[in-house]
Amino acid sequence: MENKTPKDYSHIKGWGIDADPKNDPTYPMKHRTDAEQEGYSWERPTLQDVDIEVLHSIERPNVTAVFGTSMPPSGLSGMIRRFAFKHSENSYLHWLPLLMADRVNVVEGVLDDFAKGTVPNIFAEKGWKADWEHNRSGLIQKVGIMALVTTAAVLLLTRKKNS
Amino acid sequence: MLAMNYRGPQRVRIDEKPEPKILHPQDAIVRVTRSCICGSDLHLYNGNVPDTRVGMTFGHEFIGEVIEIGSEIQKLKVGDMVIVPFNIACGKCHFCKQGLFGNCHESNSQATAVGGIFGYSHTAGGYDGGQAEYVRVPYADVGPTVIPPGMDPDDAVLLTDVVPTGYQAAEMGGIQKGDTVVIFGAGPIGIMAARCSWLFGAGRVIVIDKVEYRLEFVRNYANCEAYNYEEMDDPVVFVKKTTDWMGADVVIDAVGAEATGNVMQTITGRKLLLQAGSATAAHWAVNSVKKGGIVSIVGIYGPTDNLFPLGNVVNKGITIRANQASVKRLLPRLIDHVQNGILNPKALITHRVPLEDVADAYHIFSEKLDNCIKPVMIPPSAR
Repeated sequence: MENKTPKDYSHIKGWGIDADPKNDPTYPMKHRTDAEQEGYSWERPTLQDVDIEVLHSIERPNVTAVFGTSMPPSGLSGMIRRFAFKHSENSYLHWLPLLMADRVNVVEGVLDDFAKGTVPNIFAEKGWKADWEHNRSGLIQKVGIMALVTTAAVLLLTRKKNS
Repeated sequence: MLAMNYRGPQRVRIDEKPEPKILHPQDAIVRVTRSCICGSDLHLYNGNVPDTRVGMTFGHEFIGEVIEIGSEIQKLKVGDMVIVPFNIACGKCHFCKQGLFGNCHESNSQATAVGGIFGYSHTAGGYDGGQAEYVRVPYADVGPTVIPPGMDPDDAVLLTDVVPTGYQAAEMGGIQKGDTVVIFGAGPIGIMAARCSWLFGAGRVIVIDKVEYRLEFVRNYANCEAYNYEEMDDPVVFVKKTTDWMGADVVIDAVGAEATGNVMQTITGRKLLLQAGSATAAHWAVNSVKKGGIVSIVGIYGPTDNLFPLGNVVNKGITIRANQASVKRLLPRLIDHVQNGILNPKALITHRVPLEDVADAYHIFSEKLDNCIKPVMIPPSAR
């Protein structure tokens, strides 16, 4: 990208007279070179072959030279993610659909398990064995509350049906 | 290979997954020998980071042995034991060239606000992480550093994130000799930030949290003051009072999105996801720093918005400094500090867990069971 800033500032009275390179709040996090003023101009690394679907932010012109290949978008969640990536990182229309896609993806994950003949062991996945070892009273309380809520819900639904 | 597999909020398991392959000439494949669960992994675990896909493997704190290298790799060789920084950095873009290795512009297609991070959702590039037996490491000549001979692997694995992030938290505070530094959060990062604040000449270091065993730990480990905010009427008033009503010179937010302590923040940030995590610690930091003071933020928040007292930032003339740690930049100095006995990272490790027990490890760490400070997972081949 061409830098549009003029290099000759002699026509601007007082240009730079108070400039102080030591007044740099980014130091020591950043060893300032101001190379960003030259735009997207560096020699890019070798590009990874794009042989899967990679969604990229519309705040950049391309896919990065390397990228992760974990879980490309698929299914309904993938459709929602594709919609999200039509909007910039500046927009709720980017982030909120992504959160929704994540929740849809959880359901897809359970269905995928079933399709592969696996019944997910939710208790093991939630680490309840550790609770049993280190927080037994808490676990019993948690299970008790769940049982209570489930019983109340069943009773409520049954009563409505009966009436 | 065995790998952690995310199934949904608070649901993870160990599964068989295909071994990673070289996909780029600057890749390496690393056989993992240690991987940690980070406090920021809990944001993923709780489903708070957008674009966290089911089936992904988390883990950005790991070390291991290089078992395969791409054709452009010149520095690393097969058999090297390496510390792998959590950030993926090309070393060529304008940001890497200036030392901002956490802000690389060639490692994360999905978001421009952050560089690529191993195992940290697609918002950080979509890379599978190191809570597995093997992991693909891009730009392997840039980030990974060979573990010095004799260094304990438990020290080495904490140099991937905990030590650099805690150190940079203190560094960004611009601590001057004699300064009072307040740190919100007594997790691994807050503990390390407290220890490192002394290295910059702090005159007084105060850590505030609510978890008693962690406060006890940091009090001993970092020789600092440590207080329980649940025993205070208001932590901000406490800080004002203990600094002769001036406020602290430097305040560090080492908590991020999972903060407790403010009901409204907890409900809107953690339960309803109406904001990008609970900003309680950042809120307290702004309000308890002195006028003209510095707030350093290393706690991780989501990419949307937070309830935050911006008016006080302006009115008090506060400088806020924040970033993901630039691990690559800091590693040489921090390796020296570990080798010279100035820093003792491995003392933070309380749990050494087989990789196969990943679900229990997450639950123990998340719920702070069994006095857990830092869990490290060890794959079968490294036991």
